[in-house]
Amino acid sequence: MSPKPTKADGGRSDSSKLRKQFGRTKIREMREFRGEHTVVVKLDALGEVLAYCRDVLAYDFLLDVSSVDNMGDDPRFEIVYELATTDDHKHLRVKSPVGEGEEVPTSVPLWKTANWHEREIYDMMGLQFKGHPNMKRILMWEGYPYYPLRKEFPLAGKPSEMPDVAFSGVAPLEGGPFVTSPGADRVRGEPRAKGES
Amino acid sequence: MLSHAAYDSKVEGNIVFTRLDSAINWMRKNSLWPMPMGLACCAIELMATGAARFDISRFGAEVMRFSPRQADVMIVSGTVTYKMALAVRRIWEQMPEPKWCIAMGACASSGGMYRSYAVLQGIDQLLPVDVYISGCPPRPEALLEGLMKLQRIIEKETPIKDQIAGIREATS
Repeated sequence: MSPKPTKADGGRSDSSKLRKQFGRTKIREMREFRGEHTVVVKLDALGEVLAYCRDVLAYDFLLDVSSVDNMGDDPRFEIVYELATTDDHKHLRVKSPVGEGEEVPTSVPLWKTANWHEREIYDMMGLQFKGHPNMKRILMWEGYPYYPLRKEFPLAGKPSEMPDVAFSGVAPLEGGPFVTSPGADRVRGEPRAKGES
Repeated sequence: MLSHAAYDSKVEGNIVFTRLDSAINWMRKNSLWPMPMGLACCAIELMATGAARFDISRFGAEVMRFSPRQADVMIVSGTVTYKMALAVRRIWEQMPEPKWCIAMGACASSGGMYRSYAVLQGIDQLLPVDVYISGCPPRPEALLEGLMKLQRIIEKETPIKDQIAGIREATS
């Protein structure tokens, strides 16, 4: 009797199916780390790959959409989709590099939950989604001039002013941010200022 | 005539002599109606303070008014984000005089642990705070202590004197 297929088996067979369907130019990379499978997709092909994942590979549940700022790299950003099934038998991570000024195709028609995820990415990281039904800020107010999760944005914030809507200031960090030192003993590992403010 | 009334055995014990300021202060401090500006976990402690175990009504402040027009003291209990800040200020401005403000907990007092782009670093940047309460969140006892502190502040106010001074200033 063959062993029961695991989540990792689902991800493995699906990433090779994607490679077979779309080829090496569109599916740039396939990775496995501790049983989690990731495919890196060219941004032009992202829409069709995600549609294939939902319609053919039956990923009916979008867990999360997030973005990464790899400042200094080109392309600078990366968008990450966590795909799953409602019965939780398989999981697949789809990543796509996004350059500055590039638009990401929206996945709201595929998964409704992408609506707020994409708005959050727009709000915090400044990535634009093409075809999004309501592309405006979700956490900060409309008119806030920065994207706070970008690497160049200081933790303390920047002053801004929108009359009658909101304003923002700079938080006193007093030598912080205060971070723990991993690996050190209890006393030396305590949160301390690293002099970054 | 007053001395006669005070020693009239029929009403003895039912008459109290005082100054108008003291009488007004006494009434004000024992019927503080809070505007619960509950924005984070401090609001849970505020609710506990209002409930039976800690019972804020022992101090006359149990009438939580969700309309600023009927409130005397705004208890800012929680993290004030920049997005919320002007809304808090607007509600404060809608409260009729006299009014007082309690900044409950670390966030409302100073931004607390949120040294962040998104959080106002203390509600005292936008409105005058009478009492700050430390804690994250403060226990109900601490809020009651803060309320008693505010009562002691109100005791020392001189509303009639201030009003007369205001009228003098306006007419001179």
